[in-house]
Amino acid sequence: MFKVRVIPCLDVKDGRVVKGVNFVDLRDAGDPVEAAIAYDAAGADELTFLDITASHENRDTIFDVVTRTAEACFMPLTVGGGVRTVDDIRKLLQCGADKVSINTAAVAKREFVKEAAEKFGNQCIVVAVDAKKVSKPGEPARWEIFTHGGRNPTGLDAIDYARAVVALGAGEILLTSMDRDGTRSGFDIPLTRAIADAVPVPVVASGGVGNLDHLVEGIRDGHATAVLAASIFHFGEYTVRQAKEYMAKAGLPMRLDP
Amino acid sequence: MTVAIVDYGSGNLHSAAKAFERAARESGFTQPIVVTSSPEAVARADRIVLPGVGAFADCRRGLDSIDGMVAALNERVHKRGRPFLGICVGMQLMAERGLEHKVTDGLGWVAGEVDKIAPADPSLKIPHMGWNTLNAIKPHPLLDGIETGPQGLHAYFVHSYHLKAADRSDLVAQADYGGPITAIVGRDTLAGTQFHPEKSQRLGLRLIANFLKWSP
Repeated sequence: MFKVRVIPCLDVKDGRVVKGVNFVDLRDAGDPVEAAIAYDAAGADELTFLDITASHENRDTIFDVVTRTAEACFMPLTVGGGVRTVDDIRKLLQCGADKVSINTAAVAKREFVKEAAEKFGNQCIVVAVDAKKVSKPGEPARWEIFTHGGRNPTGLDAIDYARAVVALGAGEILLTSMDRDGTRSGFDIPLTRAIADAVPVPVVASGGVGNLDHLVEGIRDGHATAVLAASIFHFGEYTVRQAKEYMAKAGLPMRLDP
Repeated sequence: MTVAIVDYGSGNLHSAAKAFERAARESGFTQPIVVTSSPEAVARADRIVLPGVGAFADCRRGLDSIDGMVAALNERVHKRGRPFLGICVGMQLMAERGLEHKVTDGLGWVAGEVDKIAPADPSLKIPHMGWNTLNAIKPHPLLDGIETGPQGLHAYFVHSYHLKAADRSDLVAQADYGGPITAIVGRDTLAGTQFHPEKSQRLGLRLIANFLKWSP
C-alpha cells in the first residue's frame, strides 16, 4: 500500500544547520549530516535541505553537505535554495541529491523548469511555490506567488502558476504558505487543497506546522501527498516516529518499518 | 571478483555505490565495487548493476554512446549469465521496448514493454513517488529475509512508467498503486527493481546484500 510521506526540513547556511537541532544527543548539533543520519534512523520518509547561504564564496558548502549525507543515508534527499542554473542542478544530483527544488529561478524564467525537466527527468525537478493570500475577507479566496521569503509580490496567481510549472515538467510541488510559515498555527488548508486538486503531480504541504494534528489535516483536508515540517522535529517536541504513529492512528497510511 | 556499477551518464551513481559498499561491508562481502564506464571492465565483472534515472530514450542513448557497452552487457549478462541487477530505468531497459515519448528499443532480455502507469483512482498522483509495500508473485533469492505483503517493509519508488512483462513468470513482485505496478522482474540470472534499493533504507540494503550473495 502506498504511504504518506513525512519530510523533515533542515535550513542550512554556510554548511551548518541554522539554529541547530536538539532532538537527540548529537556530538555536533550544527552538522547537517549528523542531523540527517538521526532523521534517517528515526524513520523520516525523505529529507529536505534548504540552503540559505547568502555569500557567494560559501555557495559550495552545500555540495559537501550533500555528498557526505548521501554517503551515510540511504533515503531520498531533496535540496533547494539558490538553484538557478542547469549546472547547479547537475552538481547537486552528482553529489547525491535525488530531487532539486527550484524557487525564484522558476518565477523569473519559467522555461528553466522545462529545460531542467528535459535534461534530468520530471521526477527530480521540484518547483517551490511560495504563496500568500491576497483576497480580502468576503472575497473568493485568491493566492499569489511571493518571492524573497514572502516580501516581494509577483502578481502571479498561485493556482495558475502551479499548473503552468507542472505543464513544463515539474514532477512535484513544494507548497509553502507564506502567511503560515513560522506561525505554528497549521497549514493553509484551503490553499493546499486548491493546489493539490489542481495539479496531477504530488504536492508537499509546508509552512505552519505546530502540532501533530496539523500534519493529519494537511493530508486529510489539504489533499497533500506529503507533509514537511521543521521546528516541531528539530526542537525535540516530537520525533518523526511519534508523528507517523499519530498520523496512522488518525487513519492515514503510514510507513512504520522497524 | 568485482561488482561493476555501469556509469553511462545517467544520474548520480555515488549513492548507489555507497549503498552497495555498505551492504557488502555489513554482510561480510569483500568483492570490490567499481563504478565504471568501461565495456572491458563490464566484460570482466562477476556481477553487473545497471542503474538509470530520467527518460527511457535518454538512458538508451547514453548506453549506446559508449562504444561496445551494449555488446559487453549482452555477452556478459545475457550469454554468460553473470548475475545482473537493473535499477529503475536500468530495469526498464531490460524490456523489448520503451514507449516513453517515442518507441525506443530496450535490451530485449525480458519480454514486454515499458508503458505509462495508469492508476484506476484518478486522485492518485503521477509520478508514483514515495514508499510502497511489495506483493510477492513468486519466491526469489533477492527477497530473502524481506517481509512482503501489506504489513511488510517498504521500497522507495519514483517513476511514471513501468515494465509490463508479457510473461507472468518473469514477475517477482508488484506494488499496488490504483492497480498493479511491476516492482521486481526476474528470470534466470537477471533481476530488476523499479524502486530504488539504494534509497530504500532497510529493505534496500537487504536486497542489495541478497544480490551480492546470489548465485543463480
